[in-house]
Amino acid sequence: MDYFLTEEQQMIKEIAAKIATEKVRPVRAELDESEEFPWDLMKIMAQSDLFGVYLPEEYGGLGGGVLENCLAIEELGRACIGVATTYAASGLGAYPILLHGSEEQKQKYLPVIASGEKLAAFAVTESGAGSDAGGIQTTAKREGDFYLLNGTKQWITNGGEAEIYTVVAITDRAKGARGASAFIVEKGDPGFSFGKKEKKMGICTSATRELLFNDCKIPADRLISREGTGFIVTMKTFDVSRPGIGALAVGLSQGALDISVEYARKRVQFGKPIISFQAVQHMLADMATETEAARALVYAAARYIDSGAKDISKLSAIAKLFPTDVAMRVTTNAVQVLGGYGYMRDYPVEKMMRDAKILQIYEGTNQIQRNIIGQELNKEYGRIKETFF
Amino acid sequence: MINDKMTNGAKRMHVVVCIKQVPDAKNVRIDPETCTLVRQGVESIVNPHDWYAVEAALRFRDEYGGKVTALTMGPPQAEEALRETLALGVDEAVLLSDRAFAGADTWATSLTLARAIEKLGPVELVICGKQAIDGDTAQVGPGLAAHLDRPYTTYARRLELLNGGELRAERVTDFGYEIVQMELPAVVTVVREIGDPRMPGLKHKMKAKKKEIPVLGAAELNLHPEEVGLQGSYTQVVKVFSPPPRCDREMINGDAEEQAEKLLRLLQEAKVPGL
Repeated sequence: MDYFLTEEQQMIKEIAAKIATEKVRPVRAELDESEEFPWDLMKIMAQSDLFGVYLPEEYGGLGGGVLENCLAIEELGRACIGVATTYAASGLGAYPILLHGSEEQKQKYLPVIASGEKLAAFAVTESGAGSDAGGIQTTAKREGDFYLLNGTKQWITNGGEAEIYTVVAITDRAKGARGASAFIVEKGDPGFSFGKKEKKMGICTSATRELLFNDCKIPADRLISREGTGFIVTMKTFDVSRPGIGALAVGLSQGALDISVEYARKRVQFGKPIISFQAVQHMLADMATETEAARALVYAAARYIDSGAKDISKLSAIAKLFPTDVAMRVTTNAVQVLGGYGYMRDYPVEKMMRDAKILQIYEGTNQIQRNIIGQELNKEYGRIKETFF
Repeated sequence: MINDKMTNGAKRMHVVVCIKQVPDAKNVRIDPETCTLVRQGVESIVNPHDWYAVEAALRFRDEYGGKVTALTMGPPQAEEALRETLALGVDEAVLLSDRAFAGADTWATSLTLARAIEKLGPVELVICGKQAIDGDTAQVGPGLAAHLDRPYTTYARRLELLNGGELRAERVTDFGYEIVQMELPAVVTVVREIGDPRMPGLKHKMKAKKKEIPVLGAAELNLHPEEVGLQGSYTQVVKVFSPPPRCDREMINGDAEEQAEKLLRLLQEAKVPGL
């Protein structure tokens, strides 16, 4: 398929694909097993300028947008979404600064993120606040020229490894959703430390860790936008980041399809390669169809967002929901096509199936995506006066 | 002209890395008439050993400052190979292309490259891959040193600039490595132990697209037609062929112990003295 990418977009794809094939693929099983953070790979991506593809040129980026980010994520995800998640999570941490940060904040933080010198992370989730961000307990209290943060963030991707954290905390509990604010916290700030590192089902190379704030003292100018805008900052961030999760899913699906077709052409049973059996062919056909549909959706959504459109919440949720459900089906079927081999750790598809599950959970479960889509439909059709009957 | 002795830190290094475009080894054909490689319709790649030379050059520049120029002799499409090196961060690229260069052996090739290097102005270090996968001669690097009248070493796995301005190289041998020290300017060929070639960078790649690559021919290098290409070559390939298998072969399978036992039995059956 030709998606009419520009020359620059094509280059991003090529470089990310080269890194994925030559550097990520050979070590993905080892990283999965050791659960080590892929620092070597992050350094390679930094040297190849991948961390800046979606950031403006004035902050050291390459001036691309959501589509450029998605292209890099997809190609990396084709080899390993544990590694690709690590890459993408830095972007997730940067988006609140890019979208709502002050000029000073952008100049201070975005160039080091764009160069890959420092990784970023985004911290909303807590033990009692997942889908319901209203349950956030972490507080930020203004004291003169400083804020004091207290509380614990949970399951933070890139936790402990990133240097720059965007953290959502409650500044005024009485105001409910309008009482949350977003802050930039740096590794090394007094009172900021890390809790336990989680052991996960998949994406094991990605670091998932607690952030502990114990009278963490940060300068007042670390507040993003104004007090009370924390939820808006979060929602706007997810609006632009969710197609990236879709891109992880497309890459993963493609990677699983690649292996499945290659295997089915080689594996001989009953005297024939199993791809000659319709039962297998149809499985592969469905995998290819859904993967391509997911890709077309992610690219279309990314382009729409990059056009500067404002009504992006529904499309962004759709571009996360569909590809990630596809990735779960495609990777499950990849294991099925490979049969007993597929279930063995010596072959990469069992890891892909384990990895796929998180895509339906993080950055808003797929049930939450359906809520967003449903609510937006209700609003949209509420505005339309005509009847379709 | 190549400059004489220099001292570390007193001057920025100019490193020239010589690369070669070769046919992708997966589909090589040989013209039975001329005994040369058929290049038409065959995809070209950068000689894999040359990526280590490029990496060595970039590391040397990153460590000691200066610039890297990639140089190749070949048909106009060899420009693509040069752009690939620019995408890795090479600063300049020069293509030597002229119909008169065609059919050059290692003498004519190294002479042409040497004249180009002299023309590039003060050059402190010339780096080549250990050999090319098409001809496999490993002669162009040493040939360059001869034409430039400079010291050289081959199969280097490590390069270091000493405080006195000399180059210190670790040269891989079958039994370990030798430490070789020489004055700059010098020529070295490097092996894979020098370090994994880096990945291309997006910014470099975008710049590489637009970068002007000068093309120099025999006239620009003040070379006579009889000094270059087929005319300037002292050697000629008379015949290229796959040698016939010399004897029957037998693969011995099994674990190490079984293999050793079978091998011993076969050697005894063949009445090898002492067994």
